[in-house]
Amino acid sequence: MSFTPARIVITGIGLTAPNGNSLPEFRQNLLNGVAGVEPFDVRYMGRLIAGVCHFDPLRYQTRKGLRVGTRAGSISIYCAQEALKDSGLAFDTVPKDRVGIYIGCTEHGNVETENEIYAISKFNYDTKYWSHYHNPRTVANNPAGEISLALGITGPAYTIGAACAAGNMGLIHAAQMLRLGEVDIAFCGGVSESIHTFGIFAGFKSQGALATHEDPKKASRPFDKGRNGIVVSEGGCVYTLERLEDARARGAKIYGEIGGYCVNSDASDYVLPNPGRQAECVRKALVNAKLTAADIHIVNTHATATPQGDIQECEAIRAVFGTGCPDTSINNTKSYIGHCMGAAGALELAGNLPSFDDLIVHPTINVDDLDPACAIDGLVLNTPKKVAKVDNILNNSFGMLGINSTLIVKRFVA
Amino acid sequence: MTKDACKKIVLDIIADIAPDEDLSNIKPDVRLRDQMQLDSMDFLDIVMELRKQHGIEVPEADYIHLASLDSCAEYLTPKFEALGK
Repeated sequence: MSFTPARIVITGIGLTAPNGNSLPEFRQNLLNGVAGVEPFDVRYMGRLIAGVCHFDPLRYQTRKGLRVGTRAGSISIYCAQEALKDSGLAFDTVPKDRVGIYIGCTEHGNVETENEIYAISKFNYDTKYWSHYHNPRTVANNPAGEISLALGITGPAYTIGAACAAGNMGLIHAAQMLRLGEVDIAFCGGVSESIHTFGIFAGFKSQGALATHEDPKKASRPFDKGRNGIVVSEGGCVYTLERLEDARARGAKIYGEIGGYCVNSDASDYVLPNPGRQAECVRKALVNAKLTAADIHIVNTHATATPQGDIQECEAIRAVFGTGCPDTSINNTKSYIGHCMGAAGALELAGNLPSFDDLIVHPTINVDDLDPACAIDGLVLNTPKKVAKVDNILNNSFGMLGINSTLIVKRFVA
Repeated sequence: MTKDACKKIVLDIIADIAPDEDLSNIKPDVRLRDQMQLDSMDFLDIVMELRKQHGIEVPEADYIHLASLDSCAEYLTPKFEALGK
């Protein structure tokens, strides 16, 4: 029995990144080499650096909504509302039970838990001062649930925990649900409020993986010899996905088509990546998309600027793309915005989608001295590159506990 | 502690809990819930802030006394006075 899956297209994008609060602003800053990392005070740790988003949460929330909800919820609501606006959907006519919300998260709940423990420390740790909002704020579905409340969506709304592979996973899961006919419209992507928990900074520092640099904007430097770790960032990116027939019926603008994907697991280590499984993930995504490596025109890497992780991803990319893909350009978006954790995959993909139209590949910035171990063919460094063709974009996102996700988006051709 | 001072304390707490509400015309003898959007979690906020800011405990059985500003003042003023306020 053969099964022809429905074609799934991207019809709206809403985002907030440390260097932009809309796709046009974000894209322009990627082409202009504008990074978004800045000094940031972290509880117990003092002044560090982080990628901080500067969207206006009151554009879509009341002050009470802000007080009751979470930062991840605010980011989610902002991105979803922007995606809805961008999609041009006549939302008042949409049956809300046919809309799904699938939001990738690296983690959720740490921020509120740390805040509450800090708050009760002022009361000698008496738990009668513990907030009654703690549970609704920390349940894992909070970011998706806040979108549901804000938009009156009554279909499935939940998060997908997949460490730093989660942003891609939001889109992949949404495409699957649309193909199954579970929903007609999906809001999907990833979010992160991670900079508001000291734990993630302290954890990376203890691991020897927290970036430092006297100039915050130069701190995130994947592939550079001088890279010394991750810049922790917050952010969000939510897409509207629809089946092609529905999008065309309403004359929607189409950013691209879901070409193929793969999600797999290393099954080898809690934190160390596995280049063999990463390469396998990329290869399986190519098979799923019915493409070869040479058909991919942009590979957006996951590389987080850890000394070992970047080398291992380059090893995986070298194994798949080798030297036989002259039209494949390779870049990295974290060099501008740091690591937006659960939002990373979704944001980094969005930053590259305009390449279908402008045929420009945004570079990896902050590479002053390329590490020879990361010198893979096709790397675009420090200045944008005009190319002849962009038909297929491949986006890698990998995460702890060995979860890998590769998503391929194709130029939409009717 | 006068009853008006007690009402002022409760209103200040509500201003933080419901920052979008216009509190300038709150009628003291009308239920707060009938004049603004306050849900059960918001009432728990009032209870929590009385505890945190003023050391006053309101047992669950007494929540009914927080219905209006007047009833708050009737119920809370003796508690403030008992604390020497």
